[in-house]
Amino acid sequence: MSTFVTLLIIGLSEGAILALAALGFVLIYKATGVINFAQGEFLLIGAYSFYTAFVVMQLPIVLALLVGVLVAVIVGVVVERFILRPMVGQSHISIIMVTIGLASVLSAIVQMFFGTNPRSMPPILPRGSVSILGGSVPVNRLWAIVICAVVLVLLTWFFQKSRHGVAMRAVADDQQAAMTVGISVRRVFALSWALAAVSALIAGVTLADVTTVEMNIVNFGLLVFPVVIMGGLDSVPGTIVGGLTIGLVTQFVSGYMDPGLAEIVPYIVLVLVLLVRPYGVFGEKRIERV
Amino acid sequence: MPPGQPLLQVDDLTLRFGGVTALADVNMTVESGTIHAIIGPNGAGKSSLLNCISGLYRPTSGSVVLRYVADDVARGGGLAADPGAASGTAVADVADLDVRERALTSLPPNRVARLGVARSFQNIELFDQLTVLENMMLGRHVHMKHNVLTSMLWFGPARRQEIAHREIVEEVIDLLKLQAHRQKPVGMLSYGIQKRVELGRALAMQPSLLLLDEPMAGMNAEEKEDLARYVLDVHELAGVSIVLIEHDMNVVMDISNRVTVLDFGRVIGDGTPREVMDNPRVIEAYLGAGVAS
Repeated sequence: MSTFVTLLIIGLSEGAILALAALGFVLIYKATGVINFAQGEFLLIGAYSFYTAFVVMQLPIVLALLVGVLVAVIVGVVVERFILRPMVGQSHISIIMVTIGLASVLSAIVQMFFGTNPRSMPPILPRGSVSILGGSVPVNRLWAIVICAVVLVLLTWFFQKSRHGVAMRAVADDQQAAMTVGISVRRVFALSWALAAVSALIAGVTLADVTTVEMNIVNFGLLVFPVVIMGGLDSVPGTIVGGLTIGLVTQFVSGYMDPGLAEIVPYIVLVLVLLVRPYGVFGEKRIERV
Repeated sequence: MPPGQPLLQVDDLTLRFGGVTALADVNMTVESGTIHAIIGPNGAGKSSLLNCISGLYRPTSGSVVLRYVADDVARGGGLAADPGAASGTAVADVADLDVRERALTSLPPNRVARLGVARSFQNIELFDQLTVLENMMLGRHVHMKHNVLTSMLWFGPARRQEIAHREIVEEVIDLLKLQAHRQKPVGMLSYGIQKRVELGRALAMQPSLLLLDEPMAGMNAEEKEDLARYVLDVHELAGVSIVLIEHDMNVVMDISNRVTVLDFGRVIGDGTPREVMDNPRVIEAYLGAGVAS
């Protein structure tokens, strides 16, 4: 029982971080139709830019976060403006290849400045552990769940209710109609990339705090794919369920069975889900009338 | 714009797609306060003309110029939530309206929309996944002012603005009798109601010029009559000028003040409905050469 509780909390926290990272991916896919293979690298850039501001430049934590957000927004907007906008109208495969290239470039930039050794960062979230139902649970993991949950709720709400969120959904639905009601499609694209980068920043920094600042963040980011494909690529609730599922399954397999198996189990789950539901668990059937 | 003034001026508009000439030296003037019909056989270039006006097509040559009163655009953008803009308009002298001209041919569609030009499409372009209400609220998008951060926080000014916009949308919903469908995703609704929602979304923009591309296409006589009445109501209540593409001659004759006839991308007739009906070139285009002589 004690192991179970520990694994449950760790799995939930990793799942929540994953869901947050994946939500950025979904935002980009929904609004712009681009499958962004560089989402994991956005986590990396987020974690390292915060690390630079907080540890290297020794800024106070609030300021460091602001710097991180600023860098994330700039990276997101620049990537959209100079890398993806010229690709408008190209085939999906070309656009995917561009984002794969972008992923290599982004991780190379990080390596160029910081090398491949893990960096240690003073803890931001409170350390220590509490005992829940006999299991020892790290406090920072609980905080990670809270932070991700709050950000997830805010982003979901923004997307569903706010004026800009509705405009994003409108663009995703029908770009031509969106333009004729006065929505700037370019701005919505830039906004989606900026939001995706910011959600990746928060996920990256939270992940770096519960683990370390290192290149491995990219590998964690790779798990975004099983999460979003399971969720159905464009479903926000699907992403959250997918993230938590993958996080939990990975931890339980790692804890009860074999850490090596845990590396591949997300993909096994993915294949099984797709066998039963080819559009993902929450893959919406589009309403269409002819 | 005061009625009777030229609102939209189309000069020598030509549009080519490769070797196909969709529009050739089209000239047309839409006067403020009128319902201006564009008719013509299939493929005459009617929709292409609307697309050039609303910025979706870039014409090969020629110009489209919109006249607007600068204060109208500012006031529409301000609403109750922005008292600064309202006090600005009060100062302006009524007799001396600040009328401006803007060439639309170099603007993207979203900028054209911001100048007060709204439109509907022949093959309904609604946001299928969104509800009727959300679709209509998107019509208010051009008038909303708060930025990303305040809309994320929503409380306060952003919320008050949202409520003011909602009131206008509710008026449009009442006018078009869409109350029962407010919360339904548009994709679930029938064709006739979708057409009405699209008209409503355009109306929610409170445009000075409304472009309607076959709003009655595919409807039965009764639905057509209903929609014609909505168009007339809109014209009278909102005082909006309308450019209307329509195939049904009875409807055109009934509701329009002026008619422009296109055939193979050229203007072959222009005038009151009566004049156009008696124009031999128009009769020829519609019924064939033998009948006209």
